[in-house]
Amino acid sequence: METLAQIHERLAARFPAATLTLVPNPAPPAQASLLLDAAHAREIAVFLRDDPALRLDYCSNVTGVDWPEKEIVETTRSVQIDPAGGPPRTIEQKTKRLQPGCLEVVYHLYSMALKHGPVIIRLRTGNRSDQITLPSLTPVWRSCEFQEREIFDLFGIVFTDHPDLRRLLMWDEFTAHPMRKDYVEPDDYEWEPTPHDDVLAKAKAHYPAPAAKAE
Amino acid sequence: MTMSDATRPAINAQTSAPLSGPTDADRDELRRHGILLTSIQELANWGRSNSVWPLQFGLACCAIEMIAASMARFDIARFGSEVFRPSPRQADLLIVSGTVTKKMAPQVIRLWNQMPEPKYCIAMGACAISGGPFKQGYNVLKGIDRFIPVDVYIPGCPPRPEALLNGLIELQKNIRGRHIAGPAPVEADSPTAPGEYPVPAFGERDLEPTSNPKLWQPPVIVRPDKP
Repeated sequence: METLAQIHERLAARFPAATLTLVPNPAPPAQASLLLDAAHAREIAVFLRDDPALRLDYCSNVTGVDWPEKEIVETTRSVQIDPAGGPPRTIEQKTKRLQPGCLEVVYHLYSMALKHGPVIIRLRTGNRSDQITLPSLTPVWRSCEFQEREIFDLFGIVFTDHPDLRRLLMWDEFTAHPMRKDYVEPDDYEWEPTPHDDVLAKAKAHYPAPAAKAE
Repeated sequence: MTMSDATRPAINAQTSAPLSGPTDADRDELRRHGILLTSIQELANWGRSNSVWPLQFGLACCAIEMIAASMARFDIARFGSEVFRPSPRQADLLIVSGTVTKKMAPQVIRLWNQMPEPKYCIAMGACAISGGPFKQGYNVLKGIDRFIPVDVYIPGCPPRPEALLNGLIELQKNIRGRHIAGPAPVEADSPTAPGEYPVPAFGERDLEPTSNPKLWQPPVIVRPDKP
């Protein structure tokens, strides 16, 4: 199989309007992935499936990632030469930058016909609140249907053109998205026989008041 | 039936008060002579305890152990419970075998409501008792006893089939000790109480209500060692 960099080059030549980013993986497997833009994701997916050299006909796994807003502190060092002739001073300047949050979907693609894979593609939403729609790839790979429903349920990503976008694990009346980092779970810690760590902190809110305990 | 003349004076000699009924020792002695002395209550409990028909209903991995207990190797038929019924209308025993998710809980309670009296409930495994390893999860009920009355708790993850059989024997002992007249063992089962247990609704964040306060109240936490 071609390397992901080669696939990236071919895609960039075929879809000049699309924004494609190669996302490296610093972990030991070094399994890099390709970040697509949402506008061209469907065409690129069809291309990946139908291209005779790739024939990625099987989507084995779809998963979601929540990237909350993150404050990044960057330190820049500059050397200032003392005009009086003293030793040069190093000035550290810290700049704070707010990296916007987003929701991400990761697709793992394999080829049953040519027995190769995986090729990993990613899609990202604009933010975590109002721009949370992404194109569904269920029309391209049917196996995405339930997994995209699960991601809609647990992360709240809305997949356009999904044939049956309903919650999969939680009930329909449920409003939250439990796999998001900022999810607050229901407080039913009134009876914890052996609480510890953060469970202890939650259970303590239900402990009787000190005055009542003294009785 | 035969009765030797030597038997009756023996009973009178053993009982201190002449008007009190025969003791268990007397009955055993009489049975040795071929006389069955019993009461309606004992007969009813004997019949009920030896033919407990469970509901054919499994939720998670504990159900696999329940199935194993019903098959040839462990053979739950030795205790009269081999007739797993596919309908709650014909079942006596609800074995809550596995994790009760909040999405499944209303259906479990509805099944319990559909079972005719007298009915019994076994909470099998850590999840059915307390939520088990999923206790702090957002979608697992922290014990089915928050909504329906449980007669026997079987701890384990999952419990072995022998443990389920032991639980069934404990339930049979419990049934033999019940009264067919007088107050019900569980207040909600009494004739004046409504026969149906409230089914919680799906709320926006959790079940509403999160427990049946008539059945379950959180135990008072007293921790003298750790204030």
